Amino acid sequence: MPVLNIREALNQALREEMIRDEKVFLLGEDIGLYDGSFKVTRGLYKEFGERRVLDTPIAEEIIVGTAIGAAMAGLRPVAEMMTVNFILVAIDQVVNAAAHIHYMFGGGVKVPLVIRAPGGGGHQLGAQHSHSHENWFAHVPGLKVVAPGTPADAKGMLKAAIRDDNPVMFIENEGTYGVKGDVPEGEHLVPLDRNEIKREGDDLTICAYSRMLVVAMDAARDLEADGISAEVVDMRALRPLDMGPALESVRKTGRVITVEEGWRSFGVGAEIASRIYEEAFDDLDAPVARLGSAEVPTPYNKRLEKITFPGKADVVVTARALLGRN
Amino acid sequence: MAEKPLAADGLSPQQLLDLYRKMVIIRRADQEALNLQRQGELGLWGQFLGQEATQVGATVAMESTDWIVPSYREFGMAMCRGIDPGEMLGYFRGLTHGPWDPRRYRFLPFTISVATQVPHAVGFAMGCRLEGSREVVLCVFGDGATSEGDWHEAMNFAGVFQAPVVFLCQNNQWAISVPLRRQTAGSIAERAQGYGFAGVRIDGNDVLAVFSAVRSAADRARRGEGPSLIEAVTYRMGAHTSADDPTRYRLDSDLAPWSSRDPIETYAAWLRSQALLDEGQADSIDAEAEGMAEAMRGKLRRLPLPSPAASLFDRVYHDPPASFLKEREEFEATLEPVE
Ligand SMILES: Cc1ncc(C[n+]2csc(CCOP(=O)(O)OP(=O)(O)O)c2C)c(N)n1
Repeated sequence: MPVLNIREALNQALREEMIRDEKVFLLGEDIGLYDGSFKVTRGLYKEFGERRVLDTPIAEEIIVGTAIGAAMAGLRPVAEMMTVNFILVAIDQVVNAAAHIHYMFGGGVKVPLVIRAPGGGGHQLGAQHSHSHENWFAHVPGLKVVAPGTPADAKGMLKAAIRDDNPVMFIENEGTYGVKGDVPEGEHLVPLDRNEIKREGDDLTICAYSRMLVVAMDAARDLEADGISAEVVDMRALRPLDMGPALESVRKTGRVITVEEGWRSFGVGAEIASRIYEEAFDDLDAPVARLGSAEVPTPYNKRLEKITFPGKADVVVTARALLGRN
Repeated sequence: MAEKPLAADGLSPQQLLDLYRKMVIIRRADQEALNLQRQGELGLWGQFLGQEATQVGATVAMESTDWIVPSYREFGMAMCRGIDPGEMLGYFRGLTHGPWDPRRYRFLPFTISVATQVPHAVGFAMGCRLEGSREVVLCVFGDGATSEGDWHEAMNFAGVFQAPVVFLCQNNQWAISVPLRRQTAGSIAERAQGYGFAGVRIDGNDVLAVFSAVRSAADRARRGEGPSLIEAVTYRMGAHTSADDPTRYRLDSDLAPWSSRDPIETYAAWLRSQALLDEGQADSIDAEAEGMAEAMRGKLRRLPLPSPAASLFDRVYHDPPASFLKEREEFEATLEPVE
């Protein structure tokens, strides 16, 4: 199987879907001639031309607004936000329009729209370019929200998102574009509502997604060297939130850590923990441990930025503490 | 001798020379900062090469009690307001988010999210008027910013409430890789009419034209005659930032016509023709710029490393709640001591 990084896998998904379906088109800031700020759209402007790869003015609200309009007209727009932070300018269009139009129009129109946006930090871009907001969207009925952390999932979920008839928030991460892995060629679809155990283990469960999946897998390898067997559950499907694999894992291990890159308060880990308390309380041997960013705006300073986000060492220390090994 | 342009009226020979001096000094600072970034001393640098006339002319045209609300490219304006460039570079090095006191210099912090400062400027100006002051706000943004909804809403508000603002668009004709013609199909300056106030398009590479347009707009605002929009046409001679490679989307030949319209060289030629600048003066200004660059470099290297917990937590709340202080303590306990 070819090895690609996430950037290439996403690019392949976009290209294949654009070839497969004339109705798919892309719009966003600097995505054409410039190949995108993070080069995810590399070569597509050249191949498909400016009719299907639109370099837009700097206007996030109307990027999302027009994409919604085009989706209602029967097209399949894929809008890129340069970073997820800028979608806050367009939040009314995402929440009040994209998520609710199907409902408010009594099902008369659908909004088959994908909004791609990299979240997360670690690239010294400052607070207003470095946050994670997937939990904001995962809060909203009507939206689907996914955040893959491997190249195969990135490709398969993006293709599935483009074919989905609902608005999908497709959350990428600047820190994972270079992550490599096997990617099936051609028709490879990963369902948007299915989470997955990415590594088996018996002693504890680590629930993570996107860049934190990479961190969790690294931590699990270190823990293994330490005689601790960690199971890693990829929580890539955030809304609808598929709790199946996580619950199955908790029933086996009795101990859980959730890891997210954003702030813990009112976060993804909080939701996962409550679901576990509701469904598997009796299987738990310890309270769920939640890891997330320090509750501060992401600093610009490189060293400080690094210590605000959860890293491998934090997962290892927390795992050992949960198992009474510290 | 060439005739003195109208715009020079009211400026003494000393003041005319000082415009030149300021442009030379901020260009030297810009160049030095770019070098420092390339040497790994700064995280990122956004050059303003080619935009010196707009930055100097506009800043000098405002009274010292007026306020400036910038985007991120107005380092030169900040220097003209007297803010220490070495200290400011601490921001680009990631040492501090607040390298100057905005109230002391009447210069608000740089704005990173495009166009979000434009509504702030309007509100600030409305606030000044409510307080009964005669202060005026100069709001600065790029051509790309004029596409954002925030920008339009701010213009409309300013017109309705007759806010004492001067809107200055540094139209450097690029927004990262997107050229002006892909940003707007019409004129930026002419939009002002639709909002009910005056808009002008001027040569942003002519420091005197900028001075005069901004001065008269500020005077009108001060008299209670409302906002104005000035589109200063200039050119971004450098990259968007040090993280950008403009050769991917722009030809060298695009730059040529603008190189011959360099704002400093054309102004120097005019000053010389008026016998307002001689070689001795030019040399001593160059020497001053060199000294500034050296001091800036030295200052940057001496800036202290911040304490992690203080830089992360101290400025999140003006008045931190107890639970937040506890979080800070817990976080601090997890930190490894740094050498
Ligand atoms: C709301 C928002 N959208 C997008 C960006 C990314 N971005 C940063 S600078 C820039 C271009 C701005 O161009 P312009 O306003 O012309 O100013 P210039 O950089 O030319 O000075 C863009 C798109 C951002 N910082 N904020």
